[in-house]
Amino acid sequence: MARGRRALVLGVGGLALALVPPLAAALNQPFYVDLFRRMMIFALAAASLDLILGYGGMVSFGHAAYLGIGAYAVGIPAFHGVDNGFVQWGLAIVASGLAALVIGAISIRTSGVYFIMITLAFAQMLYYLGISLETYGGDNGMRLARRSLFGPVDLTNPAVFYYVVLVILVLCLVVGGHVVDSRFGMVIRAARSNEPRARAIGFSPFRYKLAAFTIAGSMGGLAGALLANQTEYLTPDFMHWTRSGEIMFMVILGGMGTLIGPVVGAIVLLLLEDVLSALTAHWQIVLGPILITVVLFARRGLHGLLAGARPRDG
Amino acid sequence: MAEPLLAIRGLRKRFGGLLATDQVDLNVVEGETYAIIGPNGAGKTTLIGQLAGELRPDAGAIRFAGRDVTRLDAPRRCRLGLARSFQITSIFPDFSALANVALAVQAHAGGSFRFWRPAAGERSLTEPARAVLDSVGLGGRADVLAANLAHGEQRQLEIAMALATKPRLLLLDEPVAGMGLDESQRMVRFLGTLKGHVTIVLVEHDMDAVFTLADRISVMVYGKIIATGTPREVRGNPDVRRAYLGEEVPSPC
Repeated sequence: MARGRRALVLGVGGLALALVPPLAAALNQPFYVDLFRRMMIFALAAASLDLILGYGGMVSFGHAAYLGIGAYAVGIPAFHGVDNGFVQWGLAIVASGLAALVIGAISIRTSGVYFIMITLAFAQMLYYLGISLETYGGDNGMRLARRSLFGPVDLTNPAVFYYVVLVILVLCLVVGGHVVDSRFGMVIRAARSNEPRARAIGFSPFRYKLAAFTIAGSMGGLAGALLANQTEYLTPDFMHWTRSGEIMFMVILGGMGTLIGPVVGAIVLLLLEDVLSALTAHWQIVLGPILITVVLFARRGLHGLLAGARPRDG
Repeated sequence: MAEPLLAIRGLRKRFGGLLATDQVDLNVVEGETYAIIGPNGAGKTTLIGQLAGELRPDAGAIRFAGRDVTRLDAPRRCRLGLARSFQITSIFPDFSALANVALAVQAHAGGSFRFWRPAAGERSLTEPARAVLDSVGLGGRADVLAANLAHGEQRQLEIAMALATKPRLLLLDEPVAGMGLDESQRMVRFLGTLKGHVTIVLVEHDMDAVFTLADRISVMVYGKIIATGTPREVRGNPDVRRAYLGEEVPSPC
């Protein structure tokens, strides 16, 4: 996507999202602040997956692992009385980045189905590790005693927390947009487009892909830290493979390799869940066909539908 | 004689029961255009693969520019100045022609761990890329998506990408394959203009192209080089005539 257009979409979208808390207050529907904050947190997770899935061609089926690591990086210190948000969120970013570095170093040597299976296996390993942590609630998980502390910035205030998430999301999208258009981004996109060709002109894609994988893991971990604060509860379910699938679906629904698309995908998917589950207990029967229709008839996702047919790269 | 730019000694590659490269020795001198010809299945593409670093030989050594490169992978050989084109067109289809070449410029320039500045706005990448595109005759097609270029243009783009890495040796695997007569004549003329500027190793079925371009020719049959010489010598060699050029040919395939 052209830089100017991306900046425009980001500006307009960011402004629209910024209007949610005052509108919710005016309509006396505080619930929407909570819902849209949740959407933005998953949007961050989906955008981070898009960095490696859409731009790097790495079909990671274990992205929820970083969400979980980020959540536990908030929950475990909090359990031991460390409530400082900079420590907790910093730990979330570093720990999930390190995990991604290790997982990537092993899985990026493979490709195709093997890559999918290995990333899935690592995430499931972490899921079972979470279950085995009896001190931290085992498979029941644990309550977060209090939200992360950031001095005067009070996350217990729903609107304040909302704007913190919004600023983080927009910043990550801006950074992500620069990364994918930079020299670094061109290497991973070239490797996705045609890896033998990328090697033949002198790129050794491995370390670039690994770096991208690590960046995506860190962003996923940050989303996890936000999610733990959002739910004020954390369980190994954050890392379950169905969660990884859900994040991947947001990316595909919104449009791979667009960064903005996955944000749209996250918002639409969670909105549909919310609306449909209010209408019927069997909402998944309705949601399924809708999603299948979008994937079948809009190969480039909702973003492709909205943006029209235009070349995706360089 | 000074050390050849490319020296191959005792190269061997076996696929199961098939000896695809059988004790190949070969010297390519700086500046020359060297063609390798032979019937289908003779092992030419396997040889190119080993020279480019995509296939690991079972035995033998490859020296390039005074250095043993036998164990180096393809990206590192390319950075040393050994670039290739593919028999089956290999480009970045979802990038513009200019971006394809700019990527090659970037690969050669190094320093790809830069995360902020948009690469498309870096004139140190796009200007050399434009110059190379102009030189292969694709200057007017710079902004076209590579997937939408005509077949012949894609072949030109391949060469442009290889040239953008500033190679000392260009490995061309059937550069005029699948081209119409006009296109292939244009390509041969263009490759002719490279003669002397860059050393070329060429695998090609089109005999007009080979005999127009090559300074020396090796003939490969069943993984072995059976003759090496100037085009005139090779044309006159009775073994070659028997094996390849169409006299009393018992089809090997």
